Amino acid sequence: MADDKKPRKPTLPPGMGGKSAAAGGKLPPGKRPAPTLPPGKSASATLPPGKRPPAKLPPGKRPPGKLPPGKRPPGARPPGVGGDGASGLTRADFSTDQDVRWCPGCGDYAILATVQRLMPEIDTPKENVVFISGIGCSSRFPYYMKTYGMHSIHGRAPTIATGLKASRPELDVWIVTGDGDGLSIGGNHLIHLMRRNVNVQLLLFNNQIYGLTKGQYSPTSEKGKVTKSTPFGSIDHPFNPSALVLGADATFVARTMDRDPKHLKRMLRETHDHRGTGFLEIYQNCNIFNDGAFFEYTEKATKSDRTIFVENGKPLVYAGGTMGLRLNGLKLEPIDLTGDKWSKDDCLVHDETSVELAGVIGRMFRVDTLPQPFGVFYRVSRPTYEDQLHSQIQDVLDRRGKGKLGELLNSGDTWEVSG
Amino acid sequence: MELKTVESIPEATILFAGDSGDGMQLTGSQFTLATAYAMNDLATLPDFPAEIRAPAGTTYGVSGFQLHFGSVNIQTPGDEVDLLVAMNPAALKVNLERVRKGGSVLVNTSAFDKRSLDLAGYDENPLENDSLEGYQLIRVELTKLTREALKDSDLNQKEIDRSKNMFALGLALWLYSRPVEPAERWISAKFAKKPDILEANLHLLKKGYHYGETTEQFVSRFEVDPASLEPGRYRAIQGVHALALGLLAASVESGLPLFYGSYPITPASDLLHTLSRYKQFGVMTFQAEDEIAAVGATIGAAFGGSLAVTGTSGPGVALKAEAIGLAHIMELPMVIVNMQRGGPSTGLPTKTEQSDLLQAMYGRNGDSSLPIVAPSTPGDCFEAAYEAARIAVTYMTPVMLLSDGYLANGSAPWLIPDPAELPSFPVKFATKTNATIEGEEVFHPYVRDRETLARPWAKPGTANLEHRIGGLEKQDETGNVSYDAANHEMMTRLREEKTDRVARDLPPLDIYGAKEGDVLVVGWGSTRGSIQAALDRLLAAGRSVGAVHLRHVNPLPLDLEEICGRYRELIVPELNNGQLVRILRDKYLLPFRSFTKIQGRPFMAGEIVSYVESVIDGGQDNG
Repeated sequence: MADDKKPRKPTLPPGMGGKSAAAGGKLPPGKRPAPTLPPGKSASATLPPGKRPPAKLPPGKRPPGKLPPGKRPPGARPPGVGGDGASGLTRADFSTDQDVRWCPGCGDYAILATVQRLMPEIDTPKENVVFISGIGCSSRFPYYMKTYGMHSIHGRAPTIATGLKASRPELDVWIVTGDGDGLSIGGNHLIHLMRRNVNVQLLLFNNQIYGLTKGQYSPTSEKGKVTKSTPFGSIDHPFNPSALVLGADATFVARTMDRDPKHLKRMLRETHDHRGTGFLEIYQNCNIFNDGAFFEYTEKATKSDRTIFVENGKPLVYAGGTMGLRLNGLKLEPIDLTGDKWSKDDCLVHDETSVELAGVIGRMFRVDTLPQPFGVFYRVSRPTYEDQLHSQIQDVLDRRGKGKLGELLNSGDTWEVSG
Repeated sequence: MELKTVESIPEATILFAGDSGDGMQLTGSQFTLATAYAMNDLATLPDFPAEIRAPAGTTYGVSGFQLHFGSVNIQTPGDEVDLLVAMNPAALKVNLERVRKGGSVLVNTSAFDKRSLDLAGYDENPLENDSLEGYQLIRVELTKLTREALKDSDLNQKEIDRSKNMFALGLALWLYSRPVEPAERWISAKFAKKPDILEANLHLLKKGYHYGETTEQFVSRFEVDPASLEPGRYRAIQGVHALALGLLAASVESGLPLFYGSYPITPASDLLHTLSRYKQFGVMTFQAEDEIAAVGATIGAAFGGSLAVTGTSGPGVALKAEAIGLAHIMELPMVIVNMQRGGPSTGLPTKTEQSDLLQAMYGRNGDSSLPIVAPSTPGDCFEAAYEAARIAVTYMTPVMLLSDGYLANGSAPWLIPDPAELPSFPVKFATKTNATIEGEEVFHPYVRDRETLARPWAKPGTANLEHRIGGLEKQDETGNVSYDAANHEMMTRLREEKTDRVARDLPPLDIYGAKEGDVLVVGWGSTRGSIQAALDRLLAAGRSVGAVHLRHVNPLPLDLEEICGRYRELIVPELNNGQLVRILRDKYLLPFRSFTKIQGRPFMAGEIVSYVESVIDGGQDNG
């Protein structure tokens, strides 16, 4: 169990100083990871240029909500989306005065910045937004969001979010968890959240390591991994999170990465707009204990060949359009689109609503011969838990009328004792 | 057609016992209902195995339902049984020791065949030797009579045999002059969709009743006059139902929607079943994937502004402990119901015990004192639940409500409360900012009420009050994460002080019996009936004894110490290995004596009487 110690300041743990810098072992020669700027600095880099919204309201003022929160049909965008301030708020309105205590260079900074940048664009009143987390590095997230929030206990954020959303369906509830918090100690709650389809977002920051407890292997660490708790290599077979939640009948399954802010933001948006549990796995670099775990997918030299960004209705192509994937029987097969033999027409076309296809794409997981998929793997509509809970209550109210306490107390077999 | 003489008696204890599949709980509860209609005071003790259908005929598969009723004040399910109805040899074997000498034993002689006798472990038939000497043996060929009565029925043999409890019920109702109509109405409603079974059951009920009149085995029947209860409207209520109604009343009076998160566990599941039916009151019930999820969802609902409750038994509280600590440090209001059962571990799931008190007091990491409220009778579960909810919201704290299996399953007549007379239950949500930083209006979640030390309850959805709470230690007032040494000490003391301040609101303790003298009996929870019944006997015998019963175990009532000083001896009876006694000794440094019973059963009044007498007469070391 990850205990909750004060995160260390910039100093790296003994023996780790060189490792971080020497992540070149995993990096393509000559490539350096993206510069690790504090959030405020990197922000401008991803702002859509020239996309300032026209009308700005004074801070704290919001235009009256047109739709009840969470009622937006999937995929629909509120008007004026495109940059900060669509709601009259800016990223700053979602930043707290608390010092962000993640290690410099942590992938969490980029995710925080992107979420804070997305917030003004969603049409939920700020006071209706709630971030709930468990324990771990990622779970410090709520402290930095100037919304309602709860930093709870290890693995239990989905349970708290379920109780909150079930009792207050109008709230916009986000769960922030990690691979240890969400898949190990809280694995049971995660799968039950999926099957219930509570209308919340679950952001799984996957760095394939325990960071806050300083470097033990996690349930997503690769087999053979040498860590503090596995000096001879891990013998644990890792989870494939997408396959796990698909097995639990999740209604929305997507993957993105910390180092592609545009894709990250789009995926956050889609996850939020899904009515039902939105599961978003975010590959997140832990530059202290597991530096470069995803560089194969996130760094320029290899990203194009080793990743495939799936989009609904579009053929599965990658490597700048030079490669594609086709279905050969039940197996995916890479095909070369530069020769005469294959064309885009031979590629498998992605259909987000196909559970079979989601299974195939979700299982494209760390296979040497196949790219790693990113994007929305699966998206279907199913009644949410809280809608069903409240419609049952409403049904009974409609049929029987509002209950009267006095009548209930006096119901059943009663008798009178006279004085 | 009254052919028999009628003998009037003040009270009686009857015990129905048979296989777990014999319908003894149903028989007992229907007899209870009829007894309520006869306006007697009553107390019940359902006693069943943890196995749903243990192998037929075995001693460990015996299920029993004991009922004590009378025209007098009834406080316990009865020390000794006046009439045992034994459906098979195993039921006789297990329960004979509970029958008073000279009491009656009604046996289903049809079931005393070689195989059943073997299963029960009888070497020879007890009906044929002298082992029942000293008891009035009533032989009834229940199975045979049932088969005869239903010979024209379309039911199969198994269904016919399973209905024999209705014959027994009819006979018992006749024997104690109870009305048959309530059972008839219940059967009619229950089997409305199964006319064959409905008809067979009604027929057997009547056959049993008439059998009493015609058989020559009974020379007389009994009559028990109505009890002189306080005037008003009554119903017979099980503790678990009263507790559900108490929570509901708290929801209605506070205006807070009730959210109940729970995971099935004996003996708390009935609370989930009951609350799940109250949808017309907007009650939200959530059957979670495990105990931790149940308390987690409850914390989420509390954060959202619901009257949040989770219910379980001891093993479940163990699993919830970390989350209860979270609720404590976040200072969110919620009620944790513990229907205690025999422990440790899985222990005795269907038996009662008071052994989770120290768990409620100390069963979390860190210093985390919580208010503990304990109901004392089935009907009192209503008030105690209401009180627990009121404390939780008033002081912004999780509250432990310690009921137990005996209270949950036991029934008693209940003077139905008038909702208008319930204590007021005001709720105040924060709506405005409460601090200023550099000229900016802000909300600080840990600014406290001066009287109660409660922090403000600001629901998500309230503009400008956005704030973050969590399990890390927080700075006083601002609620920001703080590792400051002095702050942690202060916050720990503040949280404890807040719990202690609950005592300021408590009414003075009622002393039962002598206001000063030789012995004070200090009890808590479900032992109230046994202790007061014992005191009645001791007082009648001229002993100088008093008793106080604690609804609030933490914090303890402020007048308890002074009351303890008025007596020469202090005795603490508990259904555990001595738990309250440790708390009391620790708090007051007084020589409390511990008297315990750890058998999964309530105290018999006689057991307490003997102990108190031995203390007064000087035979007991302080143990």
